[in-house]
Amino acid sequence: MFAQLIVSGLAVGACYALLAIAMVIIYKTSDVLNFAQGEMAMVSTFVAFTLLDAYHVPFPWAAALTFVFAILLGIFFEIVFLRQAKDPNILGLIIITLGFEMILMGFAGWKWGPDQRSFPFPVSNIEVYSFHGLIISKINFWTVVVTLVLMFVLFLFFRYTKLGTAMRATQQNQLAARVMGIRTKWILSFTWALSSMVGAAAGMLIAALGVLDPPMMMDPLLKGFASGVLGGMTSLPGAALGGAMLGIIENLFGGYVSLAFKSVVAFAIIVLMLCIRPSGLLARHYVKKV
Amino acid sequence: MDMKRDYYEDIELFKSGTILFWSIVFLVFLAILPWLITKYHLLGLSIYIVNLITIHAIVAIGLNILVGYTGQISMGHAGFFAIGAFTTVFLKLKGGLPFPIALPIAGFISSVFGFILGLPALRLKGPYLAIATLGFGMTVTTIIKHLEFFGGRMGLQAPKLYLFGTPMKDIHFYYMIMVIAVVMVIGAVKLIKTRVGRAFIAIRDSDIAAEAMGVNLTYYKTLAFAVSAFYTGIAGGLYAFILGFINPESFHLIMSITFLAMVVVGGLGSIMGSIAGAALMTYLDIKLQAIQDIPAIGPALVTFSQKYMSVGGISNIAVIVYGLIMVLIVLFEPLGIFGFWIRTKKYWKTWPF
Repeated sequence: MFAQLIVSGLAVGACYALLAIAMVIIYKTSDVLNFAQGEMAMVSTFVAFTLLDAYHVPFPWAAALTFVFAILLGIFFEIVFLRQAKDPNILGLIIITLGFEMILMGFAGWKWGPDQRSFPFPVSNIEVYSFHGLIISKINFWTVVVTLVLMFVLFLFFRYTKLGTAMRATQQNQLAARVMGIRTKWILSFTWALSSMVGAAAGMLIAALGVLDPPMMMDPLLKGFASGVLGGMTSLPGAALGGAMLGIIENLFGGYVSLAFKSVVAFAIIVLMLCIRPSGLLARHYVKKV
Repeated sequence: MDMKRDYYEDIELFKSGTILFWSIVFLVFLAILPWLITKYHLLGLSIYIVNLITIHAIVAIGLNILVGYTGQISMGHAGFFAIGAFTTVFLKLKGGLPFPIALPIAGFISSVFGFILGLPALRLKGPYLAIATLGFGMTVTTIIKHLEFFGGRMGLQAPKLYLFGTPMKDIHFYYMIMVIAVVMVIGAVKLIKTRVGRAFIAIRDSDIAAEAMGVNLTYYKTLAFAVSAFYTGIAGGLYAFILGFINPESFHLIMSITFLAMVVVGGLGSIMGSIAGAALMTYLDIKLQAIQDIPAIGPALVTFSQKYMSVGGISNIAVIVYGLIMVLIVLFEPLGIFGFWIRTKKYWKTWPF
């Protein structure tokens, strides 16, 4: 029972981890907390759904086209909304992302209606694999695999490519990066594109695990934030670890304490973590100088 | 010409005769508003809409005390709103308390929750506080959904209120809500002008500097949360009774965001702005929910929806407009309606020059 709960918690945690990674990519570079992340992922998932359902595009192509759409959406938001804000404060930035969230939410509700749909994913969510008595459904298994692969690719990208190095430089010190000849404005747009793409992957996996409808990302959004806070909002491996841990803790709580109050765990973790170690498990502590 | 010679002049409710005059004109207008509405159908308003606007104005003022004056972000005010609504109905229904007693008790219970949420908020800044309050708002609805005595997923039916033995109608609610709102507005204005309010503003501008000046951060930050939650709780109690039926699903994240939108659109750090913001956003929301009934634009949009969108989701245009207004306000007029008002006033003061 215990091992089973951990395994299935890990599968859910993988989705949280992807969402948290998408948030952390943006927060690290531009100090913007992206409340529109969930809705950007939701709209991308609906695009994938339309491609699959109405135009009968094969799944790999549909996924690729969705990623292109997500990239364009991220760049669009950065250039049209965020870049226009002159000297915004934290509240202003939060309001802009919230406004964008509402716009996307309204658009999705208008375009696709409030119905719940099932997302046609090539892996079945009924068939299971079993290893030594542990049962894991195929879709959960592949979710974990996809997440691990994406994380590995992101790691290689940040470590070894020129663009990834430029992004890390911008994260550390924007002015110095610009002096070194990095086009920081383009890097910011690219950050949003990358984050939006990772978010779209998370959105498709979450839709495949549950249902597809406009408010589907409300709950995962909070879980993504909780994972980010748990692992550290400025650390990519931290966000991944936080997501996995949140999934496992939540599942254990659901299994042993109370299934009804399972979603309270995320909030409790946020509050506890922020009180004990606000920087998160894997991020260095940072104190603001006056 | 606005020279102040005395501390007591600064904390006076009406700074000048002009303000006193216009306040009285406004109160008279509020008193005859129901008559104007039933007689002339002013702007397509109904008394129910005005009641809703007034309740939202109370929430916006409460949220503005927290966000605009103390500088603490909250994205969980739908949680306090829900606590106020459910507690009032519960006390009236199961506790058998009369409404005038149940409402303040619900307000105080809500402010206790505000105090509790204020405790972790002491250590949190900006984005982290936003996450924590967001979590609070979503958790409250989840918990209420699973509590049997709050009706679970189904929610609660608010009992009818009686005034001298006759059931209260919208018009009676109007005067009751208006009296409460006026009292709460005066309370907020007074609070901001006195020592407590100035401590809030000092915390907003720089909490470290405020602490160095001797402002007790623990006390004033939790107090700001408690006061804000009190206002929202009272509004929630009133909301439950004008709606007649409450269900936990309706107190979702979007509601918290709309409250925040009202404050930002009205103007951070302005009581009058909050009222204007609440009025504008509530009115827009209600009118746009039924966008297909608006002449000329409505039918065109319906045909457009049939062709490219879904007709069932046409009311979502209200959400889009809401989001656009929020973004545009931050980009072009960060002080909201209040900022616009100040600029107009300045322009006319120095007019020919």
